[in-house]
Amino acid sequence: MRLSARFPTALAAALIAAPFSVTTASAANVSLSCGAVGAELELCRQGAEAWAAKTGNTVTIVSTPNSTTERLALYQQLLAAGAKDIDVFQIDVIWPGILGAHFIDLAPYSGGAEAAHFPAIVENNTIGGELKAMPWYTDAGVLYYRADLLEKHGRTPPATWADLTETAQAIQDAERAEGNAGMWGYVFQGRAYEGLTCNALEWIDSFGGGEIVDASGAVTINNPAAVQALDAAAGWVKTITPEGVLNYAEEEARGVFQSGNAVFMRNWPYAWSLANSDDSPIKGKVGVAPLPKGGAEGKHTGTLGGWQLAVSKYSEHAEVAADLVMYLTSPEEQKRRAIEGSYNPTIAELYSDAEVLAAAPFFGDLYSTFTSAVARPSRVTGEKYNRVSTSFWNAVHSVMSGQSTAEASLASLESELNGVKRRGW
Amino acid sequence: MTDRSDHATASGGSELTRAKVRSALLFLAPMLVVLFLVAGWPLIRTIWFSFTDASLTNIGEYNFIGFDNFYNSEWGGLLSDPDWWRAVWNTLRFAVISVSIETVLGLIVALALNVQFPGRGWVRAAILIPWAIPTIVSAKMWSWMLHDQFGMLNDLGMRLGMLAEPVAWTASPDTAMMAVIMVDVWKTTPFMALLILAGLQMLPSDCYEAARVDGIHPVRVFFRVTLPLVYPALMVAVIFRALDALRIFDLIYVLTSNSKDTMTMSVYARQQLVDFQDVGYGSAASTMLFLIIAGLTIAYITLGKVKLGGDVR
Repeated sequence: MRLSARFPTALAAALIAAPFSVTTASAANVSLSCGAVGAELELCRQGAEAWAAKTGNTVTIVSTPNSTTERLALYQQLLAAGAKDIDVFQIDVIWPGILGAHFIDLAPYSGGAEAAHFPAIVENNTIGGELKAMPWYTDAGVLYYRADLLEKHGRTPPATWADLTETAQAIQDAERAEGNAGMWGYVFQGRAYEGLTCNALEWIDSFGGGEIVDASGAVTINNPAAVQALDAAAGWVKTITPEGVLNYAEEEARGVFQSGNAVFMRNWPYAWSLANSDDSPIKGKVGVAPLPKGGAEGKHTGTLGGWQLAVSKYSEHAEVAADLVMYLTSPEEQKRRAIEGSYNPTIAELYSDAEVLAAAPFFGDLYSTFTSAVARPSRVTGEKYNRVSTSFWNAVHSVMSGQSTAEASLASLESELNGVKRRGW
Repeated sequence: MTDRSDHATASGGSELTRAKVRSALLFLAPMLVVLFLVAGWPLIRTIWFSFTDASLTNIGEYNFIGFDNFYNSEWGGLLSDPDWWRAVWNTLRFAVISVSIETVLGLIVALALNVQFPGRGWVRAAILIPWAIPTIVSAKMWSWMLHDQFGMLNDLGMRLGMLAEPVAWTASPDTAMMAVIMVDVWKTTPFMALLILAGLQMLPSDCYEAARVDGIHPVRVFFRVTLPLVYPALMVAVIFRALDALRIFDLIYVLTSNSKDTMTMSVYARQQLVDFQDVGYGSAASTMLFLIIAGLTIAYITLGKVKLGGDVR
């Protein structure tokens, strides 16, 4: 049993070493986990089948839960048990620190291909000098605005959060006075979940309040700029933002914005193609801008999101699996996905590709947002990241819902995070 | 069984009784082994892990850290975590309220089903449906019905003028626990009714005939005859339900996920074990959960004078 199971792997390894015989002899079956949100699964299948046809291997697609949290829990159980069922994992940008120990180093298989990808993402995926995952597509928080309403009321996209608050309030009041009673100024993701961590990190980073935990591992969250940022955000609730935002994730926020009931929305780039789809009431009326700065000295920022591909170290054909990863993350495949599904490439030069820009013009406008995106502290906190993020979003949520002041909440968050840190990250 | 063997040894114990005890043990052995493997071993392993710093990342390597997961002066530990105590409180609140409501409703349903009427068999079968649906399915079904944007409960309430605006039943801290209890009552009242009905059907009919001859009011008959007679069966039903309610996980996890407002001990332990990968700390929470449930059960059996042996008199 044991011998027969290992024999093909050994054979494949030997043949891979020999030039030009890879495709003919290493006919292995690789299982690939893909997200199944919207057109994601279909695009993934097409890419994998193209690779299979090219190399003579076969691919089994495993669809995984839509919720990020559920997916992570499933992966953790599979990987902790050393399961061989999935060879290639699609992992979130915050997971290399949590799951990295279960993945192989892809550097020997990449042939330096990672150099063409955004350095920040490659750095994010590099743990202890090993390239644990290849970037597949990227995401960053951006500001959507109603171009038609801004023009109507003689406004421009806001440069700072104060501008946004003022503009949102003015347009909301004016529109309500005209009988549009359901109009709100600004919607975002305020539910107590990972999305709130992304939103709040953007507020705090734009005010220069750091990244919760700095690169050296020190807890930096309790600072005046962070307090200022949270106070500003808490001030939106019930004024320019409905109270229901405290339970909004991406799709709830998009629901309000896309039905024409909000002037501004913070969301990921995926909302662009949906807001401009044929059945959208706001088709052609939407603009995208970088998120506002904290103040005159603040900066435009967006939280880094996106997904990577990694190869399990328990895989029986790691070399073949790595080849699939390299194929799926190649410029050709990323270009196809950008054109057909508006998935942001992780390769800089694709943002100046004429065909890509024709399909998704906002990729060009937002280029600097994607390159300067702020990463959540998942690398430095490693497997404790989930604990850090949970504490952070709970602290922010209590400020947003008015159960606690920003000062008190951040002070107790600081001691809570230091407690987590004492157990090591 | 222990009574008899004690008796046997006390009276000297013939070769025959000893042979009987031996063969009884022999017959019991496979069951004891299986019980140890499926219940004892995981329990022992969990308790062992609770004294270590094991992590899901590399479960093979861990250090023994004594009682640090429970309490230590450095980072607190389980017993000084307010979230844990909140989870304990949530669990107790959930168990007491839901089991009380289910007991009363179950008793009413059982009394109704105990009366002869046409089609009783069908009604008995129909009433079990909520209990027969897998919890995950019914919880998911309820979570759609309770949804604040497109749930039918909000729609119904607003059409009937009972609600001014949609309520986020499972998200708002004020209503989340209420919603969870409501769904649990819907789901497990049939189970209560079934257990109580079984008790009711074993009651002797002579007491009732005597009461009828004497012309006693039915309410008085219920409190003086039925309730005392069915009490042992009722207590057993309550303990079954209470044990179930104290370890509740699926319903709450599907309806409200990891929300602190409804987080129970099991949800807390799972979050530590899986989401935070902290096998040691999560096992400590599981061990505490086990101790709390065991303690409550012993207290209940002692105080309620419940005999689980079956020879209720």
